[in-house]
Amino acid sequence: MSTQQLIQKKVIMTEKEIARTLLRLAHEIIEKSYDVEKIALIGIQTRGIYIAQRLKNLIKKITGLTVPLGILDITLYRDDVNSISHQPIVKETKISFDVTGKHIMLVDDVLFTGRTIRAAIDEIIDFGRPKTIKLAVLIDRDGREFPIQPDFVGKKFPTSKKELICVNLKEIDREDKVVLKEQGGKAG
Amino acid sequence: MKLNHKDLLGLEYLSKKEIELILKTAKPFKQLFTRTVKKVPTLRGKTVVLLFYEPSTRTRTSFELAAKRLSADTVNIAISTSSVVKGESLIDTAKTIEAMKADFVVIRHSMSGAAHIIAKTISASIINAGDGMHEHPTQGLLDIFTILEKKDRIKGLNIAIVGDILHSRVARSNIWGLNKLGANVFVVAPATLIPAEIYKMNVEVHYDISKIIHKLDVINILRIQKERQEQHLFPTLEEYSEIFGVNSEKLLNAKKDILIMHPGPMNRGIEISTEVADSKKSVITEQVTNGIAVRMAVLYLLADTDGGECESFNS
Repeated sequence: MSTQQLIQKKVIMTEKEIARTLLRLAHEIIEKSYDVEKIALIGIQTRGIYIAQRLKNLIKKITGLTVPLGILDITLYRDDVNSISHQPIVKETKISFDVTGKHIMLVDDVLFTGRTIRAAIDEIIDFGRPKTIKLAVLIDRDGREFPIQPDFVGKKFPTSKKELICVNLKEIDREDKVVLKEQGGKAG
Repeated sequence: MKLNHKDLLGLEYLSKKEIELILKTAKPFKQLFTRTVKKVPTLRGKTVVLLFYEPSTRTRTSFELAAKRLSADTVNIAISTSSVVKGESLIDTAKTIEAMKADFVVIRHSMSGAAHIIAKTISASIINAGDGMHEHPTQGLLDIFTILEKKDRIKGLNIAIVGDILHSRVARSNIWGLNKLGANVFVVAPATLIPAEIYKMNVEVHYDISKIIHKLDVINILRIQKERQEQHLFPTLEEYSEIFGVNSEKLLNAKKDILIMHPGPMNRGIEISTEVADSKKSVITEQVTNGIAVRMAVLYLLADTDGGECESFNS
């Protein structure tokens, strides 16, 4: 059980930078997709959903196309249920479209070890057989433990294992900001 | 938030928050049933032993399906063909199961407190699937989950439990759970089927369903245990059916959106009429479906957890 406090070290992205980055990501996704009409976005709980929602809005603005959006909670597919001190709350998975034949754009806020993405791919495959699954993340902080690489990256920001990247989004955190935190002294 | 218990022995021992956690966790598990692949790898490598000293169809099958949908391995111990018939004690059976490294033991026993005894004896998580006349916590949880799903709340609802309260573990678990969540609980039964301790359980006691039916939001009808009829706890089944049986005629005075529940198996024509059991007000089959989701949630939440902290993000 961690008793260490997290100390904020620096702001990595401001509200404007997040907006600009997501716009660029939306353009990249459109440009590099052979068949935009077959794209479906799936956001990973929790903040991946809001990033996916924003990308959906941007894609609509740029192309006029409304792409389907799904929500994925990977808790039940985690490989560490037996090695964590608190049982993660199981949240909603809601994919109301048929994934078979779709170009799935998996969206998350931070990519680190790759374990979440591994779990997410496993879960998506239980819904059907997508044509492709690609990965878009706002921040790639390195430190991969699995051979997983993102296809679309907002910002690459290598960190040490002591550090943590926190993505705050207006939808749930009242502000748009990405900050780097570090484990500091013992909590009282 | 996690369950602060190794075992699930009864709703009496759970806090309101813990009950709410189980109910909240069961919701996404129910969504799994709509998928083509209804199975997740969460409890892969875990073993669930189903130790049923009493007959059961729905509870045992429900636990088995719940475990299998979480990818756990299940072992059914048929008491009639086990060492129990040679005189092996409950504790020795439990120790044997522990030596085989089971992670969960789901136990049903005719003796109240049986689950508690083995919970103290072995390290596996024990889930009480009904102990004598004491508790049946997962039935209580699935009943509450079903009410919550249909009514969106528990607090302030008028919920009656009708039937053999004296011998019912379902009634006790329901009363503990519903009271903790703020429902107004009524019990309705012949005086001979009302246990003495009921007056300490924060419920209203009634002896005629017709007198209170107009204010009820939910009626949870219990099975009349015909096997106990030798004790002559009420004059005849016909008279019982007349006063306590729920039929269309009595429901004329009920709220239009009243929920009819029954933990099964039903005695149609005694405690419940066929037209009520099969009516749109009845959620009896949904209770069975919800039972799997609730039991998956319980297994998930009781799964052994130790080790270091892990953030849900940055992984």
